[in-house]
Parts: sequence; C-alpha cells; structure tokens
Amino acid sequence: MTQSRLRAGFALFAALVLAIGVAACGGDDDDDGDGGGDTSANLIEENPDNNGVQVTVGSKNFTEQYILGEIYAQGLEAAGYDVKTQLNLGSEVIALRALEDGEIDAYPEYTSTALTSFFKTPPEDVPANAQQAFEDSQSEFEAEGLTAYPPTPFSSANAVGLLTSTAEDLGVSTISDLEGESQNLTLYGSPECRQRVDCLVGLEDNYGLQFEKFVPVDIGLRYEVLDKGQADLSILFTTDAQLSESDKYTILEDDKELLPAGNVLFVARTETADEAGPDFGETIESVQSNLTLEVMQELNARVDIDKEDPAEAAEAYMKEFGYIE
Amino acid sequence: MTTGSLATLPPLAQGGDFFRERTGTSCVEENGFFCFQWAADNIDSYVTPTLEQLYLVVLSVAAGFVIALALAVLSHRRRWLVPPLTGFTGVLYTIPSLAFIFLLIPITGFGTLTAVIPLTAYTLQIIYRNIVAGLANVPAASKDAGRGMGMTDRQLLWRVEIPLAVPEIVAGLRIATVSTVAIATFAFFAGAGGLGEPLYSDIEFKTNVIISGGLAILMAIAFDALLVVAGRFASPWRKVRPV
Amino acid sequence: MTVLAFLDAFTGALEFIFEGQQAGIAGRGTVGGLDQIGDLTLDHIEVSALALAGSLLLAMPVGMWLGHRGKGELLAVAIGNAGRAVPELALVAFMVAFVGVGLVNLTIALLILGIPPILTNTFVAIRQVDRDAVEAARGMGFSEAGIVARVELPLSVPTLMSGVRTAAIAIIATATIGPIAGVVTLGDLILGRNVYGDDGVLAGAIVVALLALVVELSLAGVQWLLTPRGVRLQRAPAGA
Repeated sequence: MTQSRLRAGFALFAALVLAIGVAACGGDDDDDGDGGGDTSANLIEENPDNNGVQVTVGSKNFTEQYILGEIYAQGLEAAGYDVKTQLNLGSEVIALRALEDGEIDAYPEYTSTALTSFFKTPPEDVPANAQQAFEDSQSEFEAEGLTAYPPTPFSSANAVGLLTSTAEDLGVSTISDLEGESQNLTLYGSPECRQRVDCLVGLEDNYGLQFEKFVPVDIGLRYEVLDKGQADLSILFTTDAQLSESDKYTILEDDKELLPAGNVLFVARTETADEAGPDFGETIESVQSNLTLEVMQELNARVDIDKEDPAEAAEAYMKEFGYIE
Repeated sequence: MTTGSLATLPPLAQGGDFFRERTGTSCVEENGFFCFQWAADNIDSYVTPTLEQLYLVVLSVAAGFVIALALAVLSHRRRWLVPPLTGFTGVLYTIPSLAFIFLLIPITGFGTLTAVIPLTAYTLQIIYRNIVAGLANVPAASKDAGRGMGMTDRQLLWRVEIPLAVPEIVAGLRIATVSTVAIATFAFFAGAGGLGEPLYSDIEFKTNVIISGGLAILMAIAFDALLVVAGRFASPWRKVRPV
Repeated sequence: MTVLAFLDAFTGALEFIFEGQQAGIAGRGTVGGLDQIGDLTLDHIEVSALALAGSLLLAMPVGMWLGHRGKGELLAVAIGNAGRAVPELALVAFMVAFVGVGLVNLTIALLILGIPPILTNTFVAIRQVDRDAVEAARGMGFSEAGIVARVELPLSVPTLMSGVRTAAIAIIATATIGPIAGVVTLGDLILGRNVYGDDGVLAGAIVVALLALVVELSLAGVQWLLTPRGVRLQRAPAGA
C-alpha cells in the first residue's frame, strides 16, 4: 500500500519538476517589436541599378564580427546589390589577405587593429579620438587600394579580465597591479594573442609581466575558462555582453594604454566601391549609425547568451531601426 | 514563446523592447545540461548538416565498397597481391583524418571531394580485409559443387563465392560505416559541411554539443541496424554471426 | 594548374618546417622552424603516450580476465562497437563543454577512445586461443595465471597488437584536436591558421601524418618481435 503511494507521489513530483523545467526554459524571450520613434526614414530602398553588382562581405571569426558582417550584408542586399557572405575568415591578417586577393570585397575592421597590426603604429600612439583614428587609418588604407568608411558609434578594445571575486582577493584594479602577482597567474587568450602586440606580447614587453602559463583557447571560450576556474585571467572584449549583464566579471584598467579602443570601419576594395556607386557608402553609413555601445552589447548578448543565430540578431537590429521591414 | 501555466518568469516590459531583460537564470543563460526550448526552436538548423553528413557517408562507403571489391576480386586469383594491398590500405587508414584533409586542400581545394577522398580511403582497409577473408572462408565443398555444375571461374566467383562471403562483407561494411559517420564530423574542415560545423561553432554550449554529437551517434546506430537487416536479407541461408 | 599550386604549397610547408617563417604582418618573431616543430611533436607524443599507457593499463587486464574466463562477450564486443561510433570531435567538445579545457579532460577523452579497441581485441584474442592448447597446459600443471601468461598471451599477440595499434592511431588522431581543449600539440599548427599561416597548416598535416606512420610501423615491428615464430606463420585473423 505505502509502496504504491510512494510511487505515485514520486511520479507526481517528477512530473512537476519536469513541467517547471520546461516552462522555465521557455519563459523569457518575448519581444514584440514596438519600434519606438519614427524610423521610417531609415528604410533602405532597393535601387535596380545595383542589381548586377556583386559584393562579397567577409568578417573575422568571433561573434561581434559575424553580427557586423550580417548587418552590412543585409543592408547592401536591401539596397539591391548581389550580396554573398564569407564570414568566419580568421584573424585580421587573413581577412586583409582575402580582401587584397579579391576573395572578399569588404569587411569590418577596428581602427585600433588596423593601425597596430597592419600599419605598425605602437599602441600608445593610437589616437583616442575616433575621428582622428579614422582619418589615420583611411589614408593608410587608401595607399593599399582600399576604401575605409566613417566609423561606427561604438568602439571596442581588448581587455584583461577576471572574476570579480579573484580581483577582490588579489586586490588588483589595473593591469600594472598584476606586477609581482602575475607569475602565479594563468592567462588564457586566443591563439593569435601570442603574436600580438595588443595582447600577450605587449603585456610581456610593455607591462613587463610574466605569467605562469599562457593557454591558447578559442575566443568563444573566454568566459567559460573563467567560470570553470581554470583561468585566472582571460582576454575579453569591452563590448562583451557578459560584462554588461552581470557583475561577475571585472576588467582591469589599462593604465599604460596598451590596449587601444577602436571603432569599426567598413573597409572595401576601392574598385568594388567605385563600381557599386553612391548607394554603397550611403547604405553602409546609414546601417551602422545606430550601433551604439548598448546596442552592440545587446546584439552580442543575443548571440552569445541567448544563443541566437548572428543573422537572426542582425535582422532584428535591421527591423528594429527600420532599415528593412 | 511562453509555455504552460506554470511559467514563473513573465517577460518584463520596459522602455525599449529591443533591450531584453536577462535574469541570468534561464536554461540557455546558465548553459544547463540540455535546454529543451532552445532545442525545439533551433532543431531545424541541424537538418542541413545532418543531410550533408548522410550524403558524405553514403557516398564514401559506396565508393569504398566498390574499390575494395575490385581490389579483392583482383587479389582473388593473385594471392601475392594481398599483403601489399593490405599494407597500402593500412597506410591510408593510419593517416589521421584531419591531417589527410589538410594535405588534400592544396590539391583539391575546399569542397565535398576533399572530404570524400579521406572518408573513402578509411573504409578500404576494413572492407578489403573482410571481403578477402570472406572469400577465403568459402567452404571447399561449395566450390566443388559449383565446378561440378560446370561453372567458369568467373561464374564461380560471382554466383557462389561472393554470396557465401556476404556475412563477412556485411560485417566489414558495418564497421566501415559506423567509423565513417564518426569521422565525417571533420568534413566541415574540408568545406563539405556535416554535423561538425554546428558542433565546432559553439563547443561550450552544452545543448549544442549534445544535439550535434547525439545526431551523429544516432546516425551511426541507424546505419548499423540497417546493415544488419540488409545482411539478413542477403544471406537468408545463414544465421548472421555476432560481430 | 593544381600540380603547380600543390608544389608551391608543399615547398612553403617544407620551408615552414625547416626554416620557420615570419609570423604574419602583425606578429613578432618567427613561427615554425625545426625547434618549434620538434617541441610540438614531443608534446604530441607525450600526450598520446600517456593516454595509450592509461588505456593499456585499464583495458588489457579486464580484457584478459574476461577472455580467459569466457564471460562478458556481449559486453566486450558492444564496447568495441560503441567506441567506433563516437566522433572524436564530439567527445572532446563534450569534455570541454561539461568539464572544461585542460590536459586532464583531454586525456579522459583519449582514454574513452583508446580503451574500447584494446578491450575488445584483448578479449577476442584470448578467447580464440585454441582450447586444446589451454587444456594441454592445464594438464601440464600450469597455474591459471601461468596459462594466461605463457600460453594464451603469446598465441594472441597478432589480434591483441591489432587492437593496440588501432587505439594508438585513434589517440594520435584525437591528440591532433587537443588545441580545442587548450592542450597544445601538433594540431595547433593545423587549427591555428591565424597564427601559423597556410604553410604552417600544411606543415602540421605533413608532420602529423608522418608521426602516425612512424608509430604504426614501430608498433608493427613490436608485434613482429613479440609474435612467437610458430604463430607468425599463421595468417593474421580478419575483423575487429
């Protein structure tokens, strides 16, 4: 008697747990696009003149880049261009080579990366002013037969990040504070971080830090390694959704200005830009005009935290601000 | 989409619906063991990779079978061929799949062919070995009976020996197919798609890993079962030996 | 056209291996060169050897015991089949997602891949030893352990070593994707196009393939040495 009562009770309990679990999983994405404000002026008109022009949009290999690539691609598509995408190219070196070879026609690049990586500017000399950085990059790109369009509102930078609890335990708030401690700390970053001056190389040379170990892992794991307690320090991006969504992570202040912030410039082959006509530049500048820091973080969050497809997130952005319907 | 009356997390309204309120407690945000809602919403993104993987497996095993059969038939009357061919197919099997793919890329570029070649190569050793062993195990009595009926060598091979070797051949095909399904997860490195693509795109997301990996394993099991049934049909006179 | 492109790529890879190359536009120093390749190869071997040793230690005794007693055939065979069905990439991804990155987690994945072939083949090998030989040995007064060591093992070397070789290849192949789990092996070259360039990728593929072949040949040699002369004359059994 008691046995079957127990079984029934357990079954009911299990059913309840299951139901709550399913409901909890399903309870949180309900966004009716209310689209505050008048965004009708943003709507991209298709221009039949653009119909024959083929544009291949590329991107580098992390979330923010996928989203940006999609946004630009969807915008150009709406304007009537024949758009192909080749996202997930790799690091900036690979992307630049693809651009110069004509494998892609354009991709979004950060002014800071362009200046330090392509044009050999020391990180401390990268202009903090977005317009200045843009102009410097633009003239350098022009010499390579590439056209750089004006910058996005938001900028992003590499950052040395850690769990807030670790930061409090160590009592550090700037990167220089790590001096004396870093020999006991492990740093996790992307594989190419080992070669980059705005990453491990600079941390070792400019800040004079020696780490117990540097472990190369895919960019997509930069928060997981902190969560799982394997990394003491991890290279993060200032536009990461995880930083804005919770207090769990802290980034250390870059007191020696090793990690400059960069706005995004859409960089295209000049011949493609010429062939594409005035709509090209206009569409680009229009479509990126609403990419503020908050918006970019929200988009990053949709892909990294909500696990949405970058194309989906880009489309939501385009619709929200009235670029497409 | 909200589900059920037990929903305990009503969506919070705020100025600007574009910015979502994230409480940090949803299944996806916490990277829970398996997020059913996300799986249900996104399952169709796995369809194309699954079909791509299926296609690659069928193509590679079929090609492997044809080639191995040809080699085995060739070796049937020329036993001296068996050691070198076994060695050659063995060497192909030894090369790690990822290395094989990247060795081919400078030659065959990105695409299905660059994936099919290594996948086919991996099946050769096991299928070849099993066909040869199967033919060798044909009882002498059956061959005598065939010759007694006036069969030529060729008729003997195709009407007596190969049919009797079917259980062994099917055993080899089963192993080859299951292995091919597993290796085909690397195919996306060659630009040929497959379940490896969604898998690799987000390896920290538990639900994704379970779905991608799970589908591959299920595919292997399904193929295995299919071949067992096919084997029974092809050799009804024999009880299929456990492999 | 493709032949030229291939030769071009091939010479680039050779240059990478022997001389090293400039680390891209952005990088400092050189990548490649015999030193770095040598280090990576050693790392790869270490990781693989550790996992292979672990697999042998865990699987062989169990396989031998089960085979000798004649029990658990279904289990041994099932484990072997299951091991084949698990995609390496999925297994490593599973470890990374659920447990984390690092050598320990990678080694667990490698063990999961290395144990099944050794277990199954050890079981089958011992099992298929002629029962008459075992009876004769019993008659001669051998202990059970003695039978295993002096009769069953030597007679089962071909099938047994076949399992070890299969495990070794699977482990070396999976160690190639070690970088996904944060363990730097030769696979770092193949997966790290950002760092090493296309030449580095091809160089990595070449070195990994060579390493696998060398290990396979060495193990084949070991098998030849361990096989008692009488058994060598038999044809090696097929399957498994």
